[in-house]
Amino acid sequence: MRKLMPLTVLAAAAVLTACERPPMEVDQIGYRGVGMEQVTNPRLAEAKREANQVPEPLPPVSPGGPRAGDLYENVEVLGDLTIVEFNRLMTALTEWVSPDEGCNYCHVPGNFASEDIYTKVVSRRMLEMTKTINDQWHSHVGDTGVTCYTCHQGKPVPEYVWFEERGGPPQAGGMAASRRGQNLASPAVGSTSLPSDPFSAFLLGDEEIRIIPTTALPQGTNPRNIMDAEWTYGLMMHFSTSLGVNCTHCHNSRSFFSWDGSPPERTTAWHGIRMARELNQDYLVPLQPVYPDSQLGPHGDAPKLNCQTCHQGVNQPLYGVSMLQDYPELNAVSRNGPARGTAAAEADMAPAVSAVPEEGEAESADEPENSDGI
Amino acid sequence: MSMLSFERKYRVRGGTLVGGDLFDFWVGPFYVGFFGVLTLFFSVIGTALIVYGAALGPTWNLWQINIAPPDLSYGLGLAPLQEGGLWQLITICAIGAFVSWALRQAEIARKLGMGYHIPFAFSVAIFAFISLVVIRPVLLGAWGHGFPYGILSHLDWVSNVGYQYLHFHYNPAHMIAVSFFFATVFALSLHGSLILSATNPKKGERVKTPEYEDTFFRDTIGYSIGTLGIHRLGLFLALNAGFWSAVCIILSGPFWTRGWPEWWNWWLDLPIWS
Repeated sequence: MRKLMPLTVLAAAAVLTACERPPMEVDQIGYRGVGMEQVTNPRLAEAKREANQVPEPLPPVSPGGPRAGDLYENVEVLGDLTIVEFNRLMTALTEWVSPDEGCNYCHVPGNFASEDIYTKVVSRRMLEMTKTINDQWHSHVGDTGVTCYTCHQGKPVPEYVWFEERGGPPQAGGMAASRRGQNLASPAVGSTSLPSDPFSAFLLGDEEIRIIPTTALPQGTNPRNIMDAEWTYGLMMHFSTSLGVNCTHCHNSRSFFSWDGSPPERTTAWHGIRMARELNQDYLVPLQPVYPDSQLGPHGDAPKLNCQTCHQGVNQPLYGVSMLQDYPELNAVSRNGPARGTAAAEADMAPAVSAVPEEGEAESADEPENSDGI
Repeated sequence: MSMLSFERKYRVRGGTLVGGDLFDFWVGPFYVGFFGVLTLFFSVIGTALIVYGAALGPTWNLWQINIAPPDLSYGLGLAPLQEGGLWQLITICAIGAFVSWALRQAEIARKLGMGYHIPFAFSVAIFAFISLVVIRPVLLGAWGHGFPYGILSHLDWVSNVGYQYLHFHYNPAHMIAVSFFFATVFALSLHGSLILSATNPKKGERVKTPEYEDTFFRDTIGYSIGTLGIHRLGLFLALNAGFWSAVCIILSGPFWTRGWPEWWNWWLDLPIWS
């Protein structure tokens, strides 16, 4: 017993050093006593806040002047901007995306019209994508909107992008041959044992996320199994990691699928899933042939976005500060149209305004009532 | 009133912790004592307050009656009766009744000249309750962190608090607690089946002695902890189950705000391989 005592104390001390310390800050989400709360460590939150600061906006420019499209060669999507607006946006873009590399990250020195550098083609497409997000995904990004900086934050390639993962090489034989992407403690899924690439299925493909049976007792009609549940939970862990929130941000765990017990943030997320899916399909995947091999994933796929790409651990990217207000130039981007042209149609169709979705029905949602969307 | 033949022997005066002889008497088979009176006082008031709370609420459905703690905005202050104040009073009554009962057990133990095993064991259960409704709320800075008093509502609380940390099964103290709970029921099932077998022999055979019981386990697993030892082991396992349950919920929030899976990154980050 006497020998055990110091060992116990040592073990307890070791456990606590891996922990945090009070005081904490807590936001109540649901009705009192329901246990829906966001507990935050103010010391960790401060570090995160510092890492997600918005740069000073460039001074606004006066309107008027010749169109950029008339003066410069090969201006496809920014042609409607005036020269000063155009240059202001180019300066901002450089600061947001390639502050160290400068203009030459996208442009051939001396020949700005040239498309010999692939990044210029990608940038143009990204400008169109930004415009699509701000125009057609108000349901997710609200009035805050997005700019290049939301994802890039000073890096040529946003810090959080994803590539297809196939779960590693075959290991043993039979059922043990594939780990099915599990047990990798991947940060993408909150360090859990869950499948580390739920993105291919849910944010590129449109696999059904909902796995909860609609009948109290099994009737042999539910095709969903535990493996499906693990994929869904993998995606949910990703949401939570990306947004720095816990499950109760969007769900009352009493009944995960029920909309009437869910906080309104869940509808925002519902639209976000569809937004990410569409952006990957329409913008990011089609860019695959443009990239050099060094920018592609291990299986030759293009870098793609998920929730973390914008959110970067924060519930509202950049703490909800709208940089878009300071850069009206981004709203003047003209689009050649998305590859499939379905963005608008689907975004309009999905929400049945203010209708409470029927429980048990496949994913459906009403319009988000809050504008803290993004 | 009737009394068992040996019972008179145990009805001894003294051993009280407070009040001297004042409440040192029996009502029928029940010892009263100062703490018996206190228990009765707190439990009657607490129960009456629960019934009052139910009367104010929307339902008399036993499953759905819910006495919820205050909003977090009240912090560690008092809340109006209908907005969590009732929960606060009922919590005081509950703790008052539980602690009084433990002290009454201690008085009885003193009268009987036995150890404090029973009040000590009960204290661990009380500690687990106090962890939930006092220690953790105080560490987090609001009574609203306590669990609501209601059959279904407290389950919702448990579920949501678990999901605040994404996956509660990764909580190391929860793992230990769950293991102790399983070990407790396993030990109890082994012990119970052994005693039932020994005391219910075939017709015509004698009841088996502890020698047989020990022999059975020595034959099957090579060791028997013995008749006294099994009760010590049972107590150890059961109390640890309760104790680590209390630890696992105190850690969640005051000492850890992220998902519990992430806590295990200390293992991945060990300097040996990272």
